[in-house]
Amino acid sequence: MKKILAMLLALSMIFALCACGGSKEETKTETETPAAEAAPAAEAAPAAAAGAFKLGVQGPLTGGAAIYGTAVVNGAKIAVDEINAKGGIQFELQAQDDEADSGDKAINAYNALMDWGMQVLVGPVTSGSGVTVGAQAYADRVFCLTPSGSSVDCIADKDNFFQVCFTDPNQGVASADYMAKNYAGAKVAVIYKNDDAYSQGIRDTFVKEAEAKAVEVVYEGTFNESTQTDFSVQLTAAQAAGADMVFLPIYYTPASVILSQANAMGYAPTFFGVDGMDGILAMPGFDTALAEGVMLLTPFSADSQDALTQNFVAKYQAAYGETPNQFAADAYDAVYIVAAALEAAGCTPDMDAAAICEALIPVMPTISVDGVTGQGMTWAASGEVSKAPMAIVIKDGVYVTP
Amino acid sequence: MEFLSYLISGISLGSVYAIIALGYTMVYGIAKMLNFAHGDVIMVGGYMSFCAMSYLHLPGWVSVLVGMVVCTLLGIIIEALAYKPLRSAPSLAVLITAIGVSYLLQNSALLIWGANPMSYPPVISGTLHLFDGQLSISYVSIITVTACVLIMLGLTAFTSKTKMGKAMRACSEDKGAAQLMGINVNRTISLTFAIGSALAAIAGVLLCSSYPTLMPTTGSMPGIKAFTAAVFGGIGSIPGAFLGGLLLGIIESLAKAYISTQLSNSIVFAVLIVVLLVRPAGLLGKYVPEKV
Repeated sequence: MKKILAMLLALSMIFALCACGGSKEETKTETETPAAEAAPAAEAAPAAAAGAFKLGVQGPLTGGAAIYGTAVVNGAKIAVDEINAKGGIQFELQAQDDEADSGDKAINAYNALMDWGMQVLVGPVTSGSGVTVGAQAYADRVFCLTPSGSSVDCIADKDNFFQVCFTDPNQGVASADYMAKNYAGAKVAVIYKNDDAYSQGIRDTFVKEAEAKAVEVVYEGTFNESTQTDFSVQLTAAQAAGADMVFLPIYYTPASVILSQANAMGYAPTFFGVDGMDGILAMPGFDTALAEGVMLLTPFSADSQDALTQNFVAKYQAAYGETPNQFAADAYDAVYIVAAALEAAGCTPDMDAAAICEALIPVMPTISVDGVTGQGMTWAASGEVSKAPMAIVIKDGVYVTP
Repeated sequence: MEFLSYLISGISLGSVYAIIALGYTMVYGIAKMLNFAHGDVIMVGGYMSFCAMSYLHLPGWVSVLVGMVVCTLLGIIIEALAYKPLRSAPSLAVLITAIGVSYLLQNSALLIWGANPMSYPPVISGTLHLFDGQLSISYVSIITVTACVLIMLGLTAFTSKTKMGKAMRACSEDKGAAQLMGINVNRTISLTFAIGSALAAIAGVLLCSSYPTLMPTTGSMPGIKAFTAAVFGGIGSIPGAFLGGLLLGIIESLAKAYISTQLSNSIVFAVLIVVLLVRPAGLLGKYVPEKV
């Protein structure tokens, strides 16, 4: 009996090892240019073909926020492939999983990338991880461009950290302004996740701006990581307070629960989300009819007719069989932004991470990039991006402009 | 009227806790072990019924049966492979094995279904509106509460009336003596696991129908809460698990509504501490002094 048990334990260990191995392989990409690393004869070859910049991506590839990390990696891969195919600047990409953690998992993912020899970090994907890794990257002098880490704390006091997405205050303010303009007299309930920097940040500025713009907030409910499966109490209270609009500055997973529970109790206010709401339509098993009429502010719409977006969406659908969300679009832009900045700063792949970082910092506020998430994006020296948000409403299971 | 709404959501939540707690308490009462993998069997039940509904397009009630069959088999297999060889080992070893099984199930689910959360389509949809729509109760809540009461009554009758149930109680009192009296202890314990796991499947379906996110960690938090409920009511006692689960749900819901949404969990556990200080064996638990 003991032998059988020992065998079983051994088997399960092998199983676990295989599991680890499997995910590592998945995260590694096939974008390595041939003999990119084995090119010591850099002087002989033309400068551009001499080597590739090592681009790191870190984000949640597993866990509850995995959809964001995977989207970012997928979006970045498409951009890297396009740029590599063009000639000129070449990239190598490696992705590491941080499970959207803001503690040691984030640092471990970052360290794994540093060991690999990362020169520029496209990430972290989430704000919590961005704050932790940002501090470390600031000390190490590694240039960071986060596609989607929208908290102000990510960029605060760090000259080397830039954002592709809006900051949280920007989203909160924009949402309140939009409501004041289009839903005058609305009674708003806010349900937010108070152990999450992202959600808390948007809520804070939203409430402040709402007060300034005379948007009435009648109820505020909170939840946290361990209570994000049941919202019947918050929804009942919001309904009792007479709210006809519910602002959800949260990610789409809890939002999907809120939508279905509100539907079950027959409460039908207008739900208003932010960029974290993006992804809800792609959730397996989610009845998109529940999301009918949900509004969200997002800089990217896959239905947009401009050529850049069409090209990106077509390639993404061909490669991954789904419509890209905003995170994929942010990552796609992020890689192009890094490429533009590297070009403008005249960096070469043989420079170390710190030298590239110092070269890119003064260049960032001077460049302007057209991408799928905005035309003529520019940056402040603080790291904040300037582009226009766009309101989207979900109709018949797709995003349309209202 | 709001109070009634809060109370109803509390009862509905509490009933889910109670069904899970019944599974914990059955296994603890008879095998004297804490099956920490119970929460993850719930998750497997949820995924199984999800797959049956979404991929095989079976009706809701069939998917519940599919989940129950798979979970029952899973429970028997887990028991046979992981716990049976440790029957005479110290209880700490079994406890650690149970935690190992829990991680094995979670990570297997991660490999099979991936990390992306799924939205669980409700087995029964619709809402009952009372008092001109001022009070609405979803059918899922009604079914959850009914199922919980039926299961509690069924289990009580089973353990007190049937031969197998009597064998279970005998094993629970004294395994050695039960064996001497001709009871097959191993088979009795396997049966307990089978029943516990079938309950887990029902709990999984009801849990996901009311709170529709399904991911590999879905079972862990409700599992812990239900374990708390089982201890609260007196672990090993079937009516105790029911009472404990119900009270836990109601306290959580009312604390969220009237005190603070942030502190609801702290309040729940504070109440647990107070109860255990006053009644160390739980609300309905029997306090058995140890003879030295």
